[in-house]
Amino acid sequence: MDKVFISGNHCIAEAAIRAGCRCYFGYPITPQNELGEYMAENMRKSGGVFLQSESETAAINMVIGAASTGARVMTSSSSPGVSLKQEGLSFLAGFEFPAVIVNMMRGGPGLGNIAPAQGDYFQSTRGGGHGDYRTPVLAPASVQELADLTVKAFDLADKYRTPILLLGDGMMGQMKEPVVFPEPVSDFPEKPWALRGRGDGPSRYQASLILDGLAMERHNWKLVRKYKEMAEQETRFELYMMDDADFAVVAYGTTARIAKGAIKRARKDGLKVGLIRPITLYPFPDKILQKVAQQIKNFLVFEMSTGQMVEDVRLALANERAVIDFHGRPGGIIPTPIEFSRVIHRYYRRM
Amino acid sequence: MELINKWPEYHKKDVVSHYCPGCGHGIVHRIVAELLEEMDLGKKAYLVCPAGCAVLAYLYLDFDIIESAHGRGTAIATGAKRANPDLFVISYQGDGDLSAIGTAETIHSANRGENICVIFINNAVYGMTGGQMAPTSLLGQSTMTSPMGRNPEVDGYPLHITDVVAQFPGVAYAERVTVSSPAGVKKTKKAIRNAFLTQQEGLGYSIVEVLSPCPTNWKMDPVTACKWVDNEMTKEYKPGLLTDKREEKRKEKG
Ligand SMILES: Cc1ncc(C[n+]2csc(CCOP(=O)(O)OP(=O)(O)O)c2C)c(N)n1
Ligand code: SF4
Repeated sequence: MDKVFISGNHCIAEAAIRAGCRCYFGYPITPQNELGEYMAENMRKSGGVFLQSESETAAINMVIGAASTGARVMTSSSSPGVSLKQEGLSFLAGFEFPAVIVNMMRGGPGLGNIAPAQGDYFQSTRGGGHGDYRTPVLAPASVQELADLTVKAFDLADKYRTPILLLGDGMMGQMKEPVVFPEPVSDFPEKPWALRGRGDGPSRYQASLILDGLAMERHNWKLVRKYKEMAEQETRFELYMMDDADFAVVAYGTTARIAKGAIKRARKDGLKVGLIRPITLYPFPDKILQKVAQQIKNFLVFEMSTGQMVEDVRLALANERAVIDFHGRPGGIIPTPIEFSRVIHRYYRRM
Repeated sequence: MELINKWPEYHKKDVVSHYCPGCGHGIVHRIVAELLEEMDLGKKAYLVCPAGCAVLAYLYLDFDIIESAHGRGTAIATGAKRANPDLFVISYQGDGDLSAIGTAETIHSANRGENICVIFINNAVYGMTGGQMAPTSLLGQSTMTSPMGRNPEVDGYPLHITDVVAQFPGVAYAERVTVSSPAGVKKTKKAIRNAFLTQQEGLGYSIVEVLSPCPTNWKMDPVTACKWVDNEMTKEYKPGLLTDKREEKRKEKG
């Protein structure tokens, strides 16, 4: 397959279709409109389902309906719309239905703005909706990785029977980069649990109401076992210039890209800085942080928020006597590599 | 000898109902089960049951069933039907579910003319949560949250949602019926049969509103509750055919 030059939003849509996504339900919101628009054009062409729903609430429930029949299904939105999807996400997690939900984050709270931000980290990694569940979160940092992780998201969703969040931001969605798309997926896992009519067999049901407390508790622990297995099998991260580093930046998605630029500059000035980039935000790659902390004591967490992932870093390093600093630019401000390299200098000097 | 009153294949046997004595839900469940058998639709049936007293419908109905978040039944039904058009999809909903929290989903699934059947149980209260006022409660009706009677100045007016959606071009069939008398039950079965035929023929959205007694929350005995449906509810919500555009739809389809 040749390289194509494509925007992040279009890339996710194309990768989803290649991953065998047959249904897309969504409601327009900037900065991810191009994703739905691409689906409108190409999903129907290929015989799939594209439906512009009346709201994000309706969209996520359409996702539930399609997922319940065993179809590969996706919805996408940006922060305010993803808030509306939280009820449905809770149901998807409880039902253990596979689905892929894209959030191209923007500034908030409220309507906020349409500029890139990372303020939905808590909402994404802590469950977001009501009840005791989590949603695995993938955070790509390039358009190529958007393609690869979109396909991965569908596989993980099916394998673990869980909704998967693909978390980007306005910048990831809008920027264009060359991409080599993976070949279209052709064999899909069996889904014996899917509701396709009882046929000649026994009837099935998918209940969300579990009135018996002990049964509900069992269900909660069952979900936890699944998340633990994912933590063992599926945790992903990237290490950048970490081999000889004595100071580690921790950043994901767009801020990780900016951090790389900043680290290159800092390296030219002789600072031994590296980057730990979590790719799965839940499960969080805490083991690699702990391993790094055997050599390095200084960590600088960098986010386009007032400080959310930094809490996971603190939790991961709670027993490591590490110094954890934070630099954040919330509200839709995109810091430059020059700005961030200055910040690195400041904390590095203090070390 | 011919067995006339046979146990429906798609209704579970030997289950104890959680519905109150005199409740309309059980009657409608049985009608659905009978029709799926008579029309040979049970093997591919997919029913969405609501948050409401019918949330446990899968305990009684013996075909594939999913539970919905409160009000989202027709969105789930839409997703299932679009993903798998071979399914025979029914959304079963109460009046709080369909005409309060789920109004947007109701209006838009109807307006899109989704090829699904909606069974709408109107008992003029929120049954499951203990008898609070619903959008469908009658003027003057005393409920847990309109203890002095529903007052239009603060509570608004009874919502005729089925009449609203019946206007939509996408709605092929809409009828209002009762299950408070044997004659009403017969008409209900006929209306739901027509709704099922509508989906079977691929003609679009169909909805049957069933005026249904809730003796418990109306604080009546079952017989008085049935009389209240016949004498009071039907004054506000007139039973009868609200729209039948099936012939037009057949022509449109060619
Ligand atoms: C989001 C949400 N809000 C509120 C509830 C609580 N709740 C459950 S059923 C119900 C109303 C049921 O009334 P109706 O739809 O008329 O059905 P009925 O029980 O009368 O058959 C409510 C308010 C809920 N489950 N979810
Ligand atoms: S509360 Fe009303 S609607 Fe619910 S089961 Fe009892 S009678 Fe039926």
